[in-house]
Amino acid sequence: MKYVDEFRDRNLAGKLAGAIAAEADPARHYYLMEFCGGHTHAIFRYGVQDLMPDNVTFVHGPGCPVCVLPVRRLDDAVELAEHHGVILCTYGDMMRLPGTRQRSLIRAKADGADIRMVYSTADALKIARDNPDREVVFFAIGFETTTPPTAVAILQAEAEGLSNFSVFCNHVLTPAAIGHVLGSPDPRDPEKVRIDGFLGPSHVSAVIGSRPYEAGADLYRKPVVIAGFEPLDVMQSVLMLIRQINEGRYEVENQYTRVVTREGNQKAQALVDKVMERRDAFEWRGLGMVPDSALKIRECYAAFDAEQRFEISKKTSREVKSCECPAILRGAKKPTDCKLFGTVCTPDSPMGSCMVSSEGACAAYWSYGRFREPARKKEAVA
Amino acid sequence: MCLAIPARVVELQAGDSAVVALEGVKKRISLALVEDVAIGDYVLIHVGYALHKVSPEEAARTLELMAEAGVLAEELAEIGESAA
Amino acid sequence: MNRIDDRLSFRTGSVDMTHGGGGRAMADLIRDLFHRHLANPILDQGHDAALFDVPAGRLVMSTDGHVVSPLFFPGGDIGALAVHGTLNDVAMAGAKPLYMTAGFILEEGFPLADLERIVLSMAHAAREADVPIVTGDTKVVEKGKGDGVFITTTGLGVVPDGVHIAAQNARPGQAILVSGSLGDHGVAILSKRENLEFETGIRSDSAALHTLVAAMVEEVPGIAVLRDPTRGGLAATLNEIARTARVGMVLDEAVIPVKPDVAAACELLGLDPLHVANEGKLICLCAAEDAERLLAVMRRHPLGEHAAVIGEVVEDETGLVRMKTGFGGQRIVDWLAGEQLPRIC
Repeated sequence: MKYVDEFRDRNLAGKLAGAIAAEADPARHYYLMEFCGGHTHAIFRYGVQDLMPDNVTFVHGPGCPVCVLPVRRLDDAVELAEHHGVILCTYGDMMRLPGTRQRSLIRAKADGADIRMVYSTADALKIARDNPDREVVFFAIGFETTTPPTAVAILQAEAEGLSNFSVFCNHVLTPAAIGHVLGSPDPRDPEKVRIDGFLGPSHVSAVIGSRPYEAGADLYRKPVVIAGFEPLDVMQSVLMLIRQINEGRYEVENQYTRVVTREGNQKAQALVDKVMERRDAFEWRGLGMVPDSALKIRECYAAFDAEQRFEISKKTSREVKSCECPAILRGAKKPTDCKLFGTVCTPDSPMGSCMVSSEGACAAYWSYGRFREPARKKEAVA
Repeated sequence: MCLAIPARVVELQAGDSAVVALEGVKKRISLALVEDVAIGDYVLIHVGYALHKVSPEEAARTLELMAEAGVLAEELAEIGESAA
Repeated sequence: MNRIDDRLSFRTGSVDMTHGGGGRAMADLIRDLFHRHLANPILDQGHDAALFDVPAGRLVMSTDGHVVSPLFFPGGDIGALAVHGTLNDVAMAGAKPLYMTAGFILEEGFPLADLERIVLSMAHAAREADVPIVTGDTKVVEKGKGDGVFITTTGLGVVPDGVHIAAQNARPGQAILVSGSLGDHGVAILSKRENLEFETGIRSDSAALHTLVAAMVEEVPGIAVLRDPTRGGLAATLNEIARTARVGMVLDEAVIPVKPDVAAACELLGLDPLHVANEGKLICLCAAEDAERLLAVMRRHPLGEHAAVIGEVVEDETGLVRMKTGFGGQRIVDWLAGEQLPRIC
């Protein structure tokens, strides 16, 4: 596969590993947060951490839209399917996510709710066309990568005069989340996360460009390297971060130049802006209320907004008590720090979102690395 | 997040659609989010949409930089060894 | 046109409740469809139960329900899959399959043309394998209570002397072999599922493996373990064996055969080929010193052309299956909770 295989080449991996080992200062420890869950997945899938020197540690960030979806929003989606008789269309990632009392979409489907897995919003539109006397709701989640397709779907529905299609919008914004992770915790807080630099998301940045990170890098004085999706990209980005940290720089650099530009995809940005606007605040699992961090559908497109179309009940939503997803999402704790990990909470019976999502830290740890801990290199405090 | 994969455009269709190919697997996708796409271009695909074109020049440059970094590291290591 | 003629019109007719009612319509269906196509001396006896002799030795019996959707897919259909699946289950015990049964649960309204297509496919698969379907059953359920057709097959086979194949026999030091490329079947199925349509030349690898097994067992009677990596893929199967025998495994990703287009389809959907189902492949554990010979025998057989040694069994009470990635790192090959779903993240 072109533009994929070359960036997974083992020989280049060895070379970059050598370069990283040569430039990492043995007197320092580098804590690098990979914001994006896809990067977490890639790191574990390819075993990238095995190629890092002992003094480089990846801190897993909250960039997993499935993981950060608040329980209440999932409960709302289940309600739409169960009590409003809609056909609920969802990406595969959401199917096993446990809501309150472990009620997930896959359970609701087993009990008779009409829930259909789709690969694309185009599929949801087709379902709406094919079922003119049923209400079809698309359960929209994702960061800025996944948002433009939702916007296009709404515009398409409008153009076709589809009157039975709406979107339950849970799109969230990356720069706000990064800022929150860096900025909010109390410096005296024992759970404050030590982060020396960021690996920025690949595909979010393809859409929004590298510019939106510049304010944060400046404000918090942390370097950001927009990293490509393949393991060699991750390694080269680590090298670039180490250089910045060694040199005391805190710039936004772009490693993923084959897809990311400073301005991003302006056509996509404009389409999103046409259909959606910022919410004042949105609750994130693990991070609490984050201002300016999510999108809702504009009033002029209210006909396509499931929250306007349907009376969704106010309900008490509950997360499992000892679930450490909140701390894990912020990078403050590791999955193995959670009492439930591997005992009560496993991929078979997930208690929280980090175990369900294929790129949640807990799922990644379980699938790829759970017995690694005893063999783990000691972490120096530099 | 955001599983996206580069694929080659093999056919352009009406209504902002295209067919892309990845190792003989073909999929119909939407070009609604991009512009000036020609057959033979590589685009990044996410949930059935092309998000951005992939630049062949930048891809080559990135690979070169990676190889260079490796060479530099080897040279440094050699220098270190010969100095010891 | 006579109502009974309509019902039996394989061009235009469809299954209705009388076909399962035990009356004349059902007898006609059995005679004109099942007996006609699946004909063999034992079935032709015309009894409800099949009567036959068995050779002396240890017998193996295996049963399987087949509920695949869609019913027809590139490279196969539910009928061929059912026959191959049961023949393979019997073969994985090292046994030579002798006889098979086939039970059908038909949904009211299922087109007879499709049913005939499936039965013809089963007949073809059984004939090719030289294993007759000697008895069967038909029931009809109301519309909405079945997925077109469900098929249950049972197979009976005999294990040659000196052959002892079981998961418990896995031991540290053994070599792990696979008979060919992984993921073909699962991807072929997915390519036809609604909402995931993509065009591909990938075909299911559905095939009967018993002649390959016979050749392998003849060359190396001391084979320790044989398994076919169906649902859950290679990952599930290896984890099952590891857990049963309390051993660990280390695989080498670089040599695990996966066709480029299968790999590409998996990338597109966010799937891992190691978790995708196969229906014409086997995994074999044998003593390290036998691996070369076994590989040679496998590669001479049409179903083992791309056989490869993909790893080895190691000491590990926890039963972990690890893998050296093609990238140079290490990861665990895990056992998924449920079916792997395509993802966007």
